[in-house]
Amino acid sequence: MSTQDYLQYVIIPILVLSEFMVFIRFLKGPSVIDRVVALDLVVTIGIGIISIYSIITETSNFLDIAMILALIAFLGTVAFSYYLEKRNKND
Amino acid sequence: MTDFFIILLSTSGALFSLLAAIGIIRMPDTYLRISVNTKAATLGVGLMLASAAVFFQDFAVTTRVQAIIIFVLLTAPVGAHLIGRTSYFTGNGYGKAQLLMILKENTISNLMN
Repeated sequence: MSTQDYLQYVIIPILVLSEFMVFIRFLKGPSVIDRVVALDLVVTIGIGIISIYSIITETSNFLDIAMILALIAFLGTVAFSYYLEKRNKND
Repeated sequence: MTDFFIILLSTSGALFSLLAAIGIIRMPDTYLRISVNTKAATLGVGLMLASAAVFFQDFAVTTRVQAIIIFVLLTAPVGAHLIGRTSYFTGNGYGKAQLLMILKENTISNLMN
C-alpha cells in the first residue's frame, strides 16, 4: 500500500466526513452568524482537501487554487460581518 | 523516511480537521464555535499543507505553501474577531459565555458606582 493509496482511502474520507458534519451545522445553525462560521470552516477544510489531492495527483498547480480560496474565504467573512452589523444599525 | 513524514503530517492534520468539525457540531454556543473554527481548523490546514511541501520538495511549492500558511494564520484571528464582534453587537443568543460577560460588566459597573 503506497502513500498515495493511504491518502486516497483513509485521509480523504476523514476530510469528507468532517466537511459533511460542518454542512449539517450550516443547515441547522440557529442564527446567521453560525452559518457564516460554518461556511468559513467549509472553505478552510476545502483548502486541506486540495493540498491532499495535489499530493495524490502529483500536480502542484492546485496549490494556487488553494491560495485564492483562502483569500475569498477571508473576504466573505469580512463582508458578511460588515453588512450584518450595518443591517442591525439601520433597524 | 519522506513517506513517514507525509503520513504523520497528513494524518494529524486530518484528525485536527475532524476535531474542528465535531466541535462545530457539538459546541453549545456561537462564541465557542468561532473559537473551534479559528484554532483547530488553522492547525489542521497548516499541517496538511506542510505535508504537501514535504512531498514535492521543490522551492516554488514550498514558497507557495509558506505564503498560504502565513495568510491563513494572519486572517483567521481577524475574521474570528470581526464575526464575534458582530455577533455580540447584534445580541445573538445568550449562551453561557455571554452570560459570564454580562455578569462581569455588571460587577464592574457596581464597583464604579
